[in-house]
Amino acid sequence: MDDVRYEAPESPDAAISLLAEAGSSARVFAGGTDVMVQIHAELIDPGVIVDIKKVPGIMDISESDGAYTFGAATPGMVLMAHEGLSSTWPGIIDGVALIGSIQVKGRASIGGNVCNGSPAADSTPTMIAANAVCNIVGPNGERTAPVEDIVTGPGKTSLVDGEFILSFSLPKRPAHSGDAYLRLTPRTEMDIAVVGAGVNITLDDDGTCTAARISLGAVAPTPLLVAEAADALIGTKVDDAALTKMGEACSAACNPISDKRGTKEYRIKTAAVIARRAVEIALERAREN
Amino acid sequence: MTKRSHISLSVNGDEYETLCEPDQSLVDVLRNELELTGTKEGCSTGDCGACSIRLDGDLVCSCLVLAVEAEGKEIETIEGMAPKSDELHPLQRHFLEINGLQCGICTPGILIAAKALLEKNSDPTETEIRFWLAGNLCRCTGYDKIIRSVQAAAEEMRKG
Ligand SMILES: Cc1cc2nc3c(=O)[nH]c(=O)nc-3n(C[C@@H](O)[C@@H](O)[C@H](O)COP(=O)(O)OP(=O)(O)OC[C@H]3O[C@@H](n4cnc5c(N)ncnc54)[C@H](O)[C@@H]3O)c2cc1C
Ligand code: FES
Ligand code: FES
Repeated sequence: MDDVRYEAPESPDAAISLLAEAGSSARVFAGGTDVMVQIHAELIDPGVIVDIKKVPGIMDISESDGAYTFGAATPGMVLMAHEGLSSTWPGIIDGVALIGSIQVKGRASIGGNVCNGSPAADSTPTMIAANAVCNIVGPNGERTAPVEDIVTGPGKTSLVDGEFILSFSLPKRPAHSGDAYLRLTPRTEMDIAVVGAGVNITLDDDGTCTAARISLGAVAPTPLLVAEAADALIGTKVDDAALTKMGEACSAACNPISDKRGTKEYRIKTAAVIARRAVEIALERAREN
Repeated sequence: MTKRSHISLSVNGDEYETLCEPDQSLVDVLRNELELTGTKEGCSTGDCGACSIRLDGDLVCSCLVLAVEAEGKEIETIEGMAPKSDELHPLQRHFLEINGLQCGICTPGILIAAKALLEKNSDPTETEIRFWLAGNLCRCTGYDKIIRSVQAAAEEMRKG
């Protein structure tokens, strides 16, 4: 492409106009860890690169009465270094910590991880399990949407031309809550998930599960929210029988492909195992607070 | 023809001005416009870490950064690591003494990454060093001597 432009707007409105004007030839640019690779591989050929990092609030983390909001372009390393966020939502941090190397996390954001639309994105299941809400701005004003409504297919999102995610809001955490993310990869570092499971649970004072959300990555064209798996835990003490039922519901929800990292059958079977281990970690964390 | 952008940036404390394409990577501009060829480009996709630099203090892959983003920013590359022209940084010295390098293509990136680690953690364990350097590939050394070089430098730096 010979007439590519770079813009770094300093307000949401300026960013929205640039994006809306250029339509499909515009590309939102946050940490660039997907966009730069795609430009290099000539998978995309944007007319306008709209760097959103100068938009106010898009790199900030704030807390009000236990509820966190963080900018969609905040780099992973900044999220991981935030004590309050990482002690309240260790499962989200589990997911972020798995995104590439230290160098990649120095730039990669959750907004980009979600909006790139990879079925295997590591932070997306954790954000879905956490019940995170996207604060979206666009030509028609502001709106909110749960994270599970964003990815509609590999590389596709429900955002319309001109829209982008400004920030994510997390709900206040009840007592005895815990979250966790685990993924299965052939290598321990720098690899792509064969299966990923994000889990978020809340217990009552007796240890009975009162709320649960379970999300799977890499087992379908989009990250999944598996309500049946959560239902298998709610009302139980998260005993062996409940965990087995939860795992079966995870396997039943899978609609994976076979590729070099794993066959369809392998993914369906291991989804139950990885989800179970993630629930066990979340359970331990929930009992600690 | 693409309109070239004018950028001013600071590299290792020196001010530079240059023109670049709007979609040109920072590593390309460092090497080909500013002629600072210490930073290497291996994969251009964030996998090998040879292009590691500091951008306002953050350790990043310069192949995944747009040069235009560096406007007004402070950049640290391998050229700025030695304190004097005749004196090496302890990390550089220990890499030489322990043979933490063979062909040397990965070395500038590894030194920059290791320096960032030691600023955060002056006494990292072997596991911590290996995790921190997971984004820096070396096809020659087998990593063992890299880890030992970092440990030796860390020890010397702790003693002051
Ligand atoms: C070497 C390497 C290893 C990696 N390993 C992993 C891994 O193990 N697990 C994993 O999950 N990912 C991995 N990734 C991908 C991960 O770095 C990205 O998905 C990253 O999180 C994207 O964030 P970004 O800020 O860099 O986004 P960008 O590259 O800037 O953008 C990504 C996409 O999202 C859009 N976008 C960005 N921000 C917004 C927004 N706020 N609103 C709307 N649209 C937006 C962009 O237009 C683009 O389409 C790896 C990448 C590299 C280079
Ligand atoms: S050249 Fe940048 S990571 Fe390989
Ligand atoms: S010394 Fe050759 S790649 Fe590391």
